[in-house]
Amino acid sequence: MIWLDTLLQGLLLGGLYALFAAGLSLVFGIMRLVNLAHGDLIVLGAYVILGIGTAFGLNPFVAALIALPLMFLLGWVLQTVLLNRVLGDDILPPLLVTFGLSVVIQNALLEGFSADSRKLPVGPIEAESFSIGSVSIGVMPLVTFGSAILVILCLNWIFYRTALGRAFRATSDDAVTAQLMGIRPKRVFALATGIALVVATIAALYLGARANFDPSIGPARLLYAFEAVIIGGLGSLWGTLIGGLVIGVAQAFGAALNPEWQILAGHIAFVLILLVRPRGLFPRAYD
Amino acid sequence: MSALLEISELTAHYGDFQALFGVDLVLGQGQTLAIIGANGAGKTTLMRAITGIAQVTAGTVTLDGKRIDPLTAPDILRAGISMVPEGRKLFPSLSVEENLMIGAHARKGSGFWNLARVCELFPVLAERRHQPSTSLSGGQQQMVSIGRALMSNPSVLLCDELSLGLAPVIIREIYAAFPTIRESGTAIIVVEQDIGQALQVADTVHCMMEGRITLSGRPGDLSREAIHDAYFGITHS
Repeated sequence: MIWLDTLLQGLLLGGLYALFAAGLSLVFGIMRLVNLAHGDLIVLGAYVILGIGTAFGLNPFVAALIALPLMFLLGWVLQTVLLNRVLGDDILPPLLVTFGLSVVIQNALLEGFSADSRKLPVGPIEAESFSIGSVSIGVMPLVTFGSAILVILCLNWIFYRTALGRAFRATSDDAVTAQLMGIRPKRVFALATGIALVVATIAALYLGARANFDPSIGPARLLYAFEAVIIGGLGSLWGTLIGGLVIGVAQAFGAALNPEWQILAGHIAFVLILLVRPRGLFPRAYD
Repeated sequence: MSALLEISELTAHYGDFQALFGVDLVLGQGQTLAIIGANGAGKTTLMRAITGIAQVTAGTVTLDGKRIDPLTAPDILRAGISMVPEGRKLFPSLSVEENLMIGAHARKGSGFWNLARVCELFPVLAERRHQPSTSLSGGQQQMVSIGRALMSNPSVLLCDELSLGLAPVIIREIYAAFPTIRESGTAIIVVEQDIGQALQVADTVHCMMEGRITLSGRPGDLSREAIHDAYFGITHS
């Protein structure tokens, strides 16, 4: 039964990783931009929620509702004034710019909030759990997992059922022809990054509620997110969810064997899947 | 006949390479104009310059009396010029219906063309509307590309090399849609290497050579020899 318990905890942890990865996957799918600052933007989101919660005495869940539109706006501005200028045929400039952005965010957070570990005080729900047979399930991990499914469902709905999603996919296919349809690619990209930061803020809420965070933990979150996106196949949102679950389960089993193997097991699973399926589990048909 | 689209002294470059040398053209309301010429004559560059995809370096383009050459491609589409690009350029990750719908992305209000009218024009598309656009034959893809361009209800429709890579019977089927498009009030510019087809549909024909218009006239007024010479750049001294 302990294996079942480990599997379940791994899946629930994978939900968090899928949330880390969903925004990254969205942005990559639409504009082929690998945002190296994605992990730091998640950490920034956690600090925004913490700041709003502390300033107004709000529960982090309520504070997150206020943080969502702010982070959307930040994403929109970031894309409009900075990232749109470096997007082009050459993939190196955006990589360098987002790497620089990562350094800037980390140092700004360090300056503003110090290197102390923080946590979002979500209240008694944090410790609540229930049992099914011999397996115990935490309420917060379950809510996290449910949110991940919901986020992927919403993103898929936007992507495949709305005019905006149609514009996303058309621009991703062929930005020049998209302009002949009256689509303004830079505006489409700005909306996409705004949405990606909304998802990053949801991830930030669960990151901060689950464990301690400090300004330096962004790059490690980026790595998990990146692995989840690659395992799932570039541009596939459901694939990203599966990728997150694979890493979560691998980490849980690694930790069950030896607590020191948790992180390593996730990376090994990533490498093994790439060996078998170099383009990930659900690659897009057109690239 | 009042001028709908007026192109004057249009010049375009690709980097240092000059592709258009002071092109003049006038398209009247509801008129169909054909541009013929060999590969590399500058026909596609002219289309790309009108739609804002290629950089205009001198000259003007006016639509309904308003200058559109300083506008970006998405704004030129909004002004009323729509293009069927060379090679069809459908969006592979969109279905047939989604490809048509994206043509109406910038449309405000209603107009003659909508999904139902396009499917009436090309009935085969109605049957295949939920299929991936990549699953269609070349001719059907060309129909989607034309339908997509019509969905914005343009006042001017530019068609770049419709017949390229298609069988003659399919080309005839596609050109059979032109009378309906004209009746909807849309003026048309067709760029063709297929001279016979161009002469059949056009009110006026212009022949291009090395980035310049070398011959213009009504199809009935131009002799086969004159067109042939202009097409191949033969000069008689």
